[in-house]
Amino acid sequence: MNALIYAFLAIGAVFNGLGAVALLRFPDVYTRVHGATKCTTFGSIFSLLGVAVYGFAQGGGIGGTMAVRAFLALVFLLLTNPTGSHALARAAHRAGIKPFRAVVDRLEERR
Amino acid sequence: MRRVAEWTATGIFAFAVYLLLATFTGSLGLWAPDELIAGAVLAAVTALATGAFLWAQGGWRLLQPQRWILFLLYLIGPFLWAMAKANLDVAWRVITGRIRPGIVRFNPNLHTDFGRTLLANSITLTPGTLTVDIDDDSGDFYVHWINVTDESPTPERVCGSFPKWARRIAE
Repeated sequence: MNALIYAFLAIGAVFNGLGAVALLRFPDVYTRVHGATKCTTFGSIFSLLGVAVYGFAQGGGIGGTMAVRAFLALVFLLLTNPTGSHALARAAHRAGIKPFRAVVDRLEERR
Repeated sequence: MRRVAEWTATGIFAFAVYLLLATFTGSLGLWAPDELIAGAVLAAVTALATGAFLWAQGGWRLLQPQRWILFLLYLIGPFLWAMAKANLDVAWRVITGRIRPGIVRFNPNLHTDFGRTLLANSITLTPGTLTVDIDDDSGDFYVHWINVTDESPTPERVCGSFPKWARRIAE
């Protein structure tokens, strides 16, 4: 059980780290939204799964609460993360920020 | 009458979520009495505030249990698999910096708000693709794609089997 928890935490840490690297390396707001929100979602999913497994392994009232709440946090993360990043990208495009080195921009053509 | 049904359904749903959040807190079965009261008050407020929006546009269909089962199957099957693959792909692009970004347009032919929301959120959660805008009238999706391989792609090209699943689950 401990090995599973460590594995989850390690995967979570790696992807969260990659998200931070993406924030530095990618050139414009859209690609940064990709890196910073998506990689960290995947990382956070695994971190939270680690917490849930830990709570489950502890058992009893406290462990159960921990597992259930970590799982609920996961569900809300999956619901709110795409909504938030979509809002960021849409606002950026409406404010007139062009995608960097884009090969095609159909949304600009519509206006 | 319709309003009351909408409020009741929303309230029950909100209360169920609160009960889940407050499991193992106390003496009354799994829950403490004050948690139950707080949950009931919050559920009532949520129901009165959001009930009217939630069930517009054929939302009642979402109460059919087979749609929930399909949704769970989709979540742990094709969706998780696509997300894991795409995460590794984007992780590789972060390291190498090899990107070819652009905003493409495609029409997945979905007509309800729930179907469009489900597909847009699936696309955004999958790394490498990000829904920037949706044309409400025509149903066109504008998606920022980190590695454009086709400037006028089909929906399958961008997001695989997601539109098919969104249609099955929500329409």
